[in-house]
Amino acid sequence: MSTPVLEARGVTRVLPGPVPVTLVRDVNLTIEQGEFVSIVGPSGSGKSSLLYLLGLLDVPSEGDLYLQGRETSTLDDHELAHLRLEKLGFVFQFHFLLPEFDALTNIMVPMRRLGKMGHRAMRDHARALLADFGLEEAADKRPGQLSGGMRQRVAVARALANDPLVILADEPTGNLDQKSGRNVFDIFENLVDTKGTTVIAVTHDQHLAALTQRRITIVDGVIDTDHTVNDGSARSDEPQRPRREI
Amino acid sequence: MLLALDIALTHLRTRKRQTAVSMLGVAMGVGFAIAMAGLMDGFQSYFVSKVIDVTPHIIMKDEFRNPPVQPAALRFSHGAFALRGVRPRDEIRGIRRAQSIVASLSRREGLAVAPSLEGQVFLRYGSKDVGASLVGIDPDRQRTVSNLERDLTAGSLDALKTSANGLIVGIDLARKLGVKMRDTVTAVSPAGVILKMKIVGIFRTGLINLDGSSAYALLKKVQVLQKRTNVINQINMRLKNADEARKAAAAIERRFRYRTESWQEANEGVLGVFVIQHAIMYATTGAILVVACFGIFNVISTIIFEKTRDIAILKSMGFEEADIRMIFLIEGIAVGILGSLLGWALGYALLQLLASVKFDVEGIVKLQGFVLNSTWVHYAVGTVAAMASAAFAAYLPARKAARLRPVDIIRGAA
Repeated sequence: MSTPVLEARGVTRVLPGPVPVTLVRDVNLTIEQGEFVSIVGPSGSGKSSLLYLLGLLDVPSEGDLYLQGRETSTLDDHELAHLRLEKLGFVFQFHFLLPEFDALTNIMVPMRRLGKMGHRAMRDHARALLADFGLEEAADKRPGQLSGGMRQRVAVARALANDPLVILADEPTGNLDQKSGRNVFDIFENLVDTKGTTVIAVTHDQHLAALTQRRITIVDGVIDTDHTVNDGSARSDEPQRPRREI
Repeated sequence: MLLALDIALTHLRTRKRQTAVSMLGVAMGVGFAIAMAGLMDGFQSYFVSKVIDVTPHIIMKDEFRNPPVQPAALRFSHGAFALRGVRPRDEIRGIRRAQSIVASLSRREGLAVAPSLEGQVFLRYGSKDVGASLVGIDPDRQRTVSNLERDLTAGSLDALKTSANGLIVGIDLARKLGVKMRDTVTAVSPAGVILKMKIVGIFRTGLINLDGSSAYALLKKVQVLQKRTNVINQINMRLKNADEARKAAAAIERRFRYRTESWQEANEGVLGVFVIQHAIMYATTGAILVVACFGIFNVISTIIFEKTRDIAILKSMGFEEADIRMIFLIEGIAVGILGSLLGWALGYALLQLLASVKFDVEGIVKLQGFVLNSTWVHYAVGTVAAMASAAFAAYLPARKAARLRPVDIIRGAA
């Protein structure tokens, strides 16, 4: 049994304040490498908060989190930042691309920060990512010159820049029309199938959630259901998905 | 680091107007500092060079800094006493054993020595009565300790030797008396001696107090006039390196006990004014830079406010506090550097403008316009101050930006 890529044990997050708000309570979750997971729930249910906790953007008030079997709750900011840089990729509802830089440079930012590749290699990798999404002509355009759908795809490309283990997407299609939204989920599915990347997507769109292999519902900060589509039925004749070594 | 630089400069490049305005603030501070420093440095250097040039570097006078201790004080050092009927000694004064002191000093390396007798006299010409400080000199020795000869506009030092009672006066003194070359004035000393003297030279040093109240004559004549035969009350000295005057004067005083003043000490009043001048300049420039700081603080804060989401995304990507802080700190410093460069141009232009102004000034020295002395040091100091203030101004906003929590921002954005 391989180590799950992400694990949560008894995770609780309480927002301190005059009236403390419990965002998530006692979450126990195991996610294996290569899963395509959606987290759904009503507004304010804590799904985004759960995602941020899993993505090491937030620190739990109680409980433990594990990334590749390594406990993360005791790590300091520096180490968490490095893990996010190397192993995780975020996609948000709003693309959050740096407006002053063109698409290609935007995608290169995480690579430059990681500093593992030479400049030419980074450029080529970024171009390849754009090509994968059919966005070659967007390379030298600023976000302001691109459509919403294109921007979001660039953001996904950026999230992939350092070849992460997990993509965490928070309402990635919330701002897009149906077609573009479907497009993005297809990209995620492709990633899972061809690269073995884990994708965790928070979404309120039930249709899109239906496309994922595992669906977690969360209500009032507590996991309600955790339903994995049976691996047998529709996909038995498909070739074995590549297992990503972790 | 390069990445931070890239991001920082792009932020500034895409906000040209904001950047330009804060740059201007810094430029004003730096430019003003350069111009003012050049102005004041010029004035001070001019004055000092004049003083060093024209007056002796060290003067030994027939005074003591502290009066000699009364024998009673030595005898009853732990007690209290009162003396009655103490009167000053009625002596002709002057420096005791002046000749031997002069001889001893003359033997020192790099020291030129000229004894003189200085005293107040009244110069009378027609209806005018003007007080003057009359210095009796030996022309051949005096020229080794002072460049007075070079400042003569008429006559010569040697004329003192050839004429009967020759007198050399400053140009303003001559004007006050209304005399010209070869006129005869009457000199009256406090001792009551009256002597008719002929003007055989007029000098113009540019130092107001010399040109207006000094006169020179042969030592012997002055000794007669002051009724102090064979008395010397000043020993003038000149060094190879004027900066050593203070130390040398102290050493000489320790040896011979008479009050020995360096040119620095003699001009402490004026030099003190320069110190105040400098202080005022620094204060003014500092104030301008503080205001420029506010400008930078403002611009950086505004940029950060606009970039809050960017900060969130960068952090989610794996950028750390230090990275974010570096970006905005670089932005502040960049404005400081750019503003400094602009300030160099501004300062230079101001100096050119000042240099072209011509007017007559008669303060401590006589000038026809500003004397400017601009060195790279002024430019460097101005720049360092500007960059330090810029960094300081940007630091607080940068730190605050670095501490923003991405979760809070993202939650707020959605």
